[in-house]
Amino acid sequence: MARREVPEINAGSMADIAFLLLIFFLVTTTMDTDEGILRQLPPPVPEDIIVPPVKERNVYIVLVNAQDQLLVEGQYLRINDLKNGAKEFLLGDGVFADFALDEKVPQREWVRKAASSAMLDQAKAYVNGAKDDKIRESYQKEVEKWERKLKTIELVGEYKELPSSALISMQNDNGTSYDMYIQVQNELESAVNELRDELSLEKFGVTFYDLEQLANDPEAKDTYRDKMYAVREIYPQRISEAEPKNVGTY
Amino acid sequence: MGAISTASLPDIVFMLLFFFMVVTVMRETELEVELVLPQASELTRLEKKHLIDYVNIGPPIDKEKYGTEPKIQLDDQFAGVTEIQPWIIENRKKVLEVEIPKMTTSLKVDQDTKMGIVTAVKQQLREINALKINYSTTRRSRTGAE
Repeated sequence: MARREVPEINAGSMADIAFLLLIFFLVTTTMDTDEGILRQLPPPVPEDIIVPPVKERNVYIVLVNAQDQLLVEGQYLRINDLKNGAKEFLLGDGVFADFALDEKVPQREWVRKAASSAMLDQAKAYVNGAKDDKIRESYQKEVEKWERKLKTIELVGEYKELPSSALISMQNDNGTSYDMYIQVQNELESAVNELRDELSLEKFGVTFYDLEQLANDPEAKDTYRDKMYAVREIYPQRISEAEPKNVGTY
Repeated sequence: MGAISTASLPDIVFMLLFFFMVVTVMRETELEVELVLPQASELTRLEKKHLIDYVNIGPPIDKEKYGTEPKIQLDDQFAGVTEIQPWIIENRKKVLEVEIPKMTTSLKVDQDTKMGIVTAVKQQLREINALKINYSTTRRSRTGAE
């Protein structure tokens, strides 16, 4: 029998098959990076803790009801105006100068070089004289705190700081929509970030976001990190949520 | 110029294919809830995917079977609020001990969900000291920015 020629397989459509498989994988797999608002939840508070009263002017109260309406410092406010309201609160009566005293905003206190140096020396003395490790640790934190303040003065000049009890507090209802909750959190955080950007541009010529990127670079010089801390020192992010009530079972 | 040989075209495409097969991840879990994420501007990108636990909350896709009330989806099945803490503990076991404090819980919640269920989930996370959370959103520009 004559040997039949084995017909060659036409490989022209191999490319088509390969393309189809490729498109399949492109469509069904994901390289997605998750992004969102990063938050640190507060640790749970035991029920019998008594919260010390705070001066009304030092707390910026934001309430959201089940109809997604905002009551900010006792006034109805639209979501688009929340950022400016929070910025006003955080500015207080001025950071580098004394503005007219408004009873509704916190009164910032001057951080002076001489006084801070004195406090630093005192804290260092306590560290040296500390009797045990625990006490030494807590005084060491004091030392770091005053060193941080002096570094800030060095970088931006003498400034006024927010009282330590000053914060922005949000309370939402169980019926508030998640979207409104996120918008409020976003606007409050954007208030802090905008103030930080403005300060950072004015003093260091870069936005705060860029400053953070520079500071987080492992090969960065320490000055970027110090500058970042300085901006955070002047505009700390203190956005907290009131303890939720009536949390049902789901 | 003679005709260009396209004999190696399939090889190139296979190489691309293998690249995608290796680099990407098949979507691990089938989404069982409708998720329209809210939009926000103050976002951080999450790194280290192996340290992220995903919690999906939203109305079920299969409304006839599960109803219209928002449900919690952990990994690939629905769960009640009380099942969150054991789930977190299980996830912690899969990770090196030094990395446990860096674990983040990413909450992917539909934008029309009421806060009640979200707050209940957050309370559970607080109690078990899973304090780093991320509210997953899509990106938009800052209010008032040009």
